[in-house]
Amino acid sequence: MSDLLHVTDASFEKEILQSEIPAVVDFWAEWCGPCKMVAPVLDELAKEYKGKIKIAKLNVDENRQTPGKFGIRNIPTLIFFKNGAVSQTIIGAHPKSHIDGELKKLL
Amino acid sequence: MEDLVIIGGGPAGLTAGLYASRAKLKTLLLERLAPGGQIITTDWVENYPGFPDGISGYDLVEKMKQQAERFGLLIQSQEVQKLDLAKDKKVILTDSGTIEARALIIACGAAPQKLGIEGEGLLTGKGVSYCATCDGPFFRDQTVAVIGGGDTAVEEAIYLTRFASKVYIIHRRDRLRAIQLLQERAGKEPKIEFIWDTVVSKITGDTAVKGLEMKNVKTGNLSVLPVEGVFMFIGYVPNSDLVKGSLPLDDWGFIKTGNDMTTEIPGVFAAGDVRSKALRQVATAVGEGATAAYMAERYLEGISGGS
Repeated sequence: MSDLLHVTDASFEKEILQSEIPAVVDFWAEWCGPCKMVAPVLDELAKEYKGKIKIAKLNVDENRQTPGKFGIRNIPTLIFFKNGAVSQTIIGAHPKSHIDGELKKLL
Repeated sequence: MEDLVIIGGGPAGLTAGLYASRAKLKTLLLERLAPGGQIITTDWVENYPGFPDGISGYDLVEKMKQQAERFGLLIQSQEVQKLDLAKDKKVILTDSGTIEARALIIACGAAPQKLGIEGEGLLTGKGVSYCATCDGPFFRDQTVAVIGGGDTAVEEAIYLTRFASKVYIIHRRDRLRAIQLLQERAGKEPKIEFIWDTVVSKITGDTAVKGLEMKNVKTGNLSVLPVEGVFMFIGYVPNSDLVKGSLPLDDWGFIKTGNDMTTEIPGVFAAGDVRSKALRQVATAVGEGATAAYMAERYLEGISGGS
């Protein structure tokens, strides 16, 4: 069972913006190859940061509002949130060490 | 210690892994993400033999991975940070530790070339893209431009017509480098319009791409093209930083090898897009991966006394 959280347009506000701990959202879609390449990395990180940082995925095909709101034009895009505000954005598939480094800054 | 470490999990690395595992070499493949390589961004591969109707890039590498793993190939998600190739024992430093190997195949591939113009970095993620299959659907009913004139540029421009209302192909010459078949397909596509002899000097916009500042290289005429997205397919840069200074590279940074994939360092081989060569395709990558694995096997037999 993955520690990754799946969020939707409906749950985004509560799960991410009002989250008590920092959160990271991976904007992805089924048709995006690089999204699949980064997926296992996020699974591992979700396990490692369990309880400290919420790591979530949002499917841009099924949820059109949230990507529009954040001006998502490329996927994968990772947006980092702290206290409901965007603190960092990573565009494209990056290796675990890079994402991990950015996660550490959120703590 | 590993018999063989392969760096890179695209078609070249996975094929090398398949051959080496099947030859019972203790083989470890290191990939910084999940296996796939650049082909994973290709929507439909129609020139890889054995799939008469074509196959998606993702499905093709997924099958390659499964086939290699069936023979015991171990694949780990580690990013290689440094190589020490000075001794017989190759030392590979990764983000999670140190690995030793008796032989090494470098199959790190290549990455899309950036144009290096004003606005490109700032607007990456805001309308500048290097992957049509990833980002094309965000440009539904919008106007986009593709920069480049090779096979990839034309193929991706055709793909983008599924979403965009208009696709410009901007090329610095007066004719395409792409193969005839693709040129004909693009020519028949009413949404595609060519802009010849033209270079883009600036991408405008603050929070989203608004347009391109262009110059016609023959007339010197300057113009502005309003677009909401711009896709760059102007070539590739090799992922050869790891061996810069330790292996000879060509003028563009690709690794020089012999026809048998050997490099100047015994026990170190290179295969796939990272190699200096004429054609970068899945069909060429797999042949090189197989050859590299075979040569690595022969090398290992030699250093273990040929027994």
